[in-house]
Amino acid sequence: MATDVISESGGRSDFWQGVRLSMPVVVASAPFAVLFGALAVDNGFSVLEAFMMSALVYGGASQMVGIQLFGQHVAPWLIVLSIFAVNFRHVLYSAGIGRRIAHWPVIQQALGYFILTDPQFAVAEARAASGQTVGFAWYLGLGLPVYVFWVTESALGAVFGKLIPDTHALGIDFLLPIYFLGLVMGFRKRPLWLPVVVASACASIVAYKTVGSPWHVSIGAIAGVLLAVILPPHHSGVETRP
Amino acid sequence: MSTTFWIIIAGAVATYLTRVGGHLVISRFENIHPRVKAGLNAVPAAVLTTLVAPELLNAGPAEWAALVVTAAVSLRGGLMSMFLAGAAVLILARQFAA
Repeated sequence: MATDVISESGGRSDFWQGVRLSMPVVVASAPFAVLFGALAVDNGFSVLEAFMMSALVYGGASQMVGIQLFGQHVAPWLIVLSIFAVNFRHVLYSAGIGRRIAHWPVIQQALGYFILTDPQFAVAEARAASGQTVGFAWYLGLGLPVYVFWVTESALGAVFGKLIPDTHALGIDFLLPIYFLGLVMGFRKRPLWLPVVVASACASIVAYKTVGSPWHVSIGAIAGVLLAVILPPHHSGVETRP
Repeated sequence: MSTTFWIIIAGAVATYLTRVGGHLVISRFENIHPRVKAGLNAVPAAVLTTLVAPELLNAGPAEWAALVVTAAVSLRGGLMSMFLAGAAVLILARQFAA
C-alpha cells in the first residue's frame, strides 16, 4: 500500500494538470451541449432522454445527427447506424491511443476508451509525442470535467430550450450545418482533404436527390473514403512499407 | 421501455465499439494495409461533408453568407470563433433578409 500512497500523491497533481488542460475544451463545447439539449427536446426527446444520450453516447456530432434523424422519423436501426457511421472516426483514435495506455489496468483502459473524444485524443497524443507518460490520473483529469459539463449543460439546454421562442430568427435550425462545416474545415490540412470533400459533397447531394435521407450520409461518406482507398497511398501521406 | 430509450442504448453501444474497436483490431495485426489507412484517414472529412452539402440545396442568402464567413474564419481561427462568426452572420442576415 505504501506505493499506492506515493502514486496517489503524484496522481493528484497529474490529475489537476489534466483538469487545467481540459478547461478550453469545457468552454468550447458548452454551447454545443446546450444546443444539443435544446434540439433534442425540439425533435421530440424528453429532458431525461437528452440527459441520457449525452451521458451514455457522449459524442457531440453523432448526438446531433441522431436527434436530427429522430425528428425526421427515420427507422431506429438507421439512426443507430448513422450514429455509428459518424463516430466511426474513433476507430482511428482508438488504434492510435492503444499503445499509450496499454500499461493501465484493464478496467481503467475500458473507462479511458469511453471518454475518447476528439480533443481527448489530440491532447493525449500530444503529451505522448512530447515523451511524457499518459497516466490514468492525468487522462481522467483531462476528460472528466469535459464529461461532467457536457452532460449537465445538455440537461440545462433541454430544459431551457423550451423557452427559446423563435428558433428560425435565432438561427438554431441552421447552426448544425455551420458547426459541421467548422469540423470539416478543421481537417483541411490532411492530405487529400479537398478531393475527399468534393467527392463526398457531390455524392451526398446526388444521393439526397435520388435515394433520399439518411442514406446520403453513408453513400457520400463511402464515396470520399473509396477515393482515398483507390488513389495510390502516397497521395494520402501514408508511407508504403517495403 | 420506449423506442427512444433503446435507440440511445444501441447508439451508446455502437459508439463505445468505435472507441474501443480500433485498439482491439490493431492489437491483433502487425501491419495495416496502407490503402486501409488512407481510407480511414479520409473518414472524418468524408462523413462530416455529407452533413453539410445537402443543406446547400435549400440555403438562401443568409445561409450562404453564414457558411462563407464560417469557412473564411476557419482559415485563421479555431472551431469556436468560426462557429460564433457563422452564427452571428446567420442571425443578423435573417433579421434583414426575412
